[in-house]
Amino acid sequence: MNILVLLKMVPDVVEELEVGPDGKSLDTSFLRTILNERDDHALEQALLLKDRLGGKITVLALDAPDMDDVLFTALAKGADRAVKITGAPEGLTTHGAARLCAQAIAGGPGLLPADLVLTGVQALDDLDGLAAPLLAQQLGFAYVGVVTGVTADGPNATVIKEYAGGVRGEFAVRLPAVLGVQAAEKPPRYVPVAKVRAVMKAQKIETVPAPAEAGAALVEVRQMAKPVVSSHAEMLEGSPEEIAGKLCELLAKRGLL
Amino acid sequence: MSEPAVLTEQSACELTLDNLWQTSEGQRVLSCMQCGMCAGTCPYGDVMDYPPRRIIGMLREGQLEEVLKSQSLLNCVACYACMAKCPRGIRLTEVLLPLVKEQTFAQLPEVPAELQKALQNTLRYGNPMGESPRKRIEWIKTAGVPIRIFQQDPRPADVLWFVECYTSYHPRGQDNSRATARLFHALGIDFAILGNEEKCAGECARLLGEAGLFDTLTDYNKVLLQKYRFNRIVTSGAHAYDAFKYQYAPQGFDYEVHHTTPFLFRHLDKLKPKLTKKLNYTVTYHDSCCLGRHNGFYDEPRALLQAIPGVKLVEMTHNRINAICCGGGGGGMWLDTYYKAKGYERLSERRIQEAIATGADVLAVSCPYEVSRFEDALKVFGADKRMKVRDIVELLAESMEA
Repeated sequence: MNILVLLKMVPDVVEELEVGPDGKSLDTSFLRTILNERDDHALEQALLLKDRLGGKITVLALDAPDMDDVLFTALAKGADRAVKITGAPEGLTTHGAARLCAQAIAGGPGLLPADLVLTGVQALDDLDGLAAPLLAQQLGFAYVGVVTGVTADGPNATVIKEYAGGVRGEFAVRLPAVLGVQAAEKPPRYVPVAKVRAVMKAQKIETVPAPAEAGAALVEVRQMAKPVVSSHAEMLEGSPEEIAGKLCELLAKRGLL
Repeated sequence: MSEPAVLTEQSACELTLDNLWQTSEGQRVLSCMQCGMCAGTCPYGDVMDYPPRRIIGMLREGQLEEVLKSQSLLNCVACYACMAKCPRGIRLTEVLLPLVKEQTFAQLPEVPAELQKALQNTLRYGNPMGESPRKRIEWIKTAGVPIRIFQQDPRPADVLWFVECYTSYHPRGQDNSRATARLFHALGIDFAILGNEEKCAGECARLLGEAGLFDTLTDYNKVLLQKYRFNRIVTSGAHAYDAFKYQYAPQGFDYEVHHTTPFLFRHLDKLKPKLTKKLNYTVTYHDSCCLGRHNGFYDEPRALLQAIPGVKLVEMTHNRINAICCGGGGGGMWLDTYYKAKGYERLSERRIQEAIATGADVLAVSCPYEVSRFEDALKVFGADKRMKVRDIVELLAESMEA
């Protein structure tokens, strides 16, 4: 089984996000990026499938700061190939990125045929979860999203999809397919740093140039702003008795008692 | 501006379980007479499939795989008790156990989630809590005294104060740092800190068996330390002290290094006249494993406490070389959930019962892990009103208040 895993970096919200001077984008001066959490789950799901069925995993990513660390870590965890797409234009929209990845997959060395393309169902900057279905449409593959489990057998895969209220659906999907992973069957594994350091010495990350024609952006960001604080919480202080008294007073005043 | 890549290409440490037997340390392991002092003194010896004595026996018989499979050493909190008691002088905690732990760790089918998070955080953010590296110096705003940061003012300083993680981020650790800053200031010590450039010294990752993480942090800190000029390192971290003294030094970074407690003891003559406020506390002192058993600093912390007017010092049943570990070393800090799930007693809870039994008002400590661990343990026994946990530096600073 050939599995392609698409990885993407997103802003790390451990640092507070600031709007840049253009008022349309994030201030990048202190911004650090981190692997999209759901992409980490997509990689874990691929590794679990490889553990069970054998096969080959290729991780693919648009180049970004710190991307090499992420790709080497994926190799240390058990991926077989790491490929990054270099020279993509900055500020790609989700549509643009999906189109570019689809072209890179179709034209890249030995990336097809793939039985499964796994990626996170959402990202911090793609809460709509558009990237995976757009990619599937471009590649002409089937798509299932919000996936929490995969088993594969011959030309088909059985995919568990999560619905609201704890309901789960089981789908038979004809391969090749793109899956938007919500959560892997197990939490993403740990890989000792020594192993990552060894992989950095022994293995290489392949690069493919971004396809030239990315197409015009369909959506334009006009303004980016922090939410306006409209009200404040009031902290009641004092002994438990005093706090209870103040609380009763407040509730009575607002006609809630 | 993104930070430089954390991972660098450099080989891990050269000593392995395979070549150990060709070294003098390996020869010493071969001299083990299986007396069982190590297993008997190990605080978690009772829950290990194979306590240290049996591990040595099995390694000599070539049963490494079985040792690794048992995961016994995930329960080793690197407390130096076995090493301190070994009549053959085998450096269990320093050499042998980290080597076995490294392989145990590499083969773990699943790393306990709390530990995994702490390790990933340490690699990415330079602190196990996963706090922003840019907030490492937030505490200095409330220090009350000026604190020089090398990055902003790179003039040489006498002391490079390596603050460390819990003392930078944990609210109770920050109390330690504020107190230390005030003490340094009162003593007229010329010091500077690394500020937001500082990253964890990594000793607990090493003692846990995550040698690669330790190497990555060491590579980073060595480059950083070379940027500035200073005569000595003073650190608030008992584990950082060990890292600099025993790990950085053989790699050519042979700085004069002190932990704050023994360092302040060296200044006791100058400090004593400043300790004017009477603290009417009965205090019992918990010997930290690194300072006590590993480095023999038993008298210095006690002398500092006794220099405080009004303090009455009482001892717990197990003290000095026999002190019971708080359970935070060697990764134990992030294995509490795992130990609890396995049904093991938390060592901090075992220890706190001895502290409570002394009837003391204050449990004095000297390692930044201990404050939160023992405060939690006091709450478990409903004794957090009766007894307070204070670092020695906090008590000294309190006694300096006019």
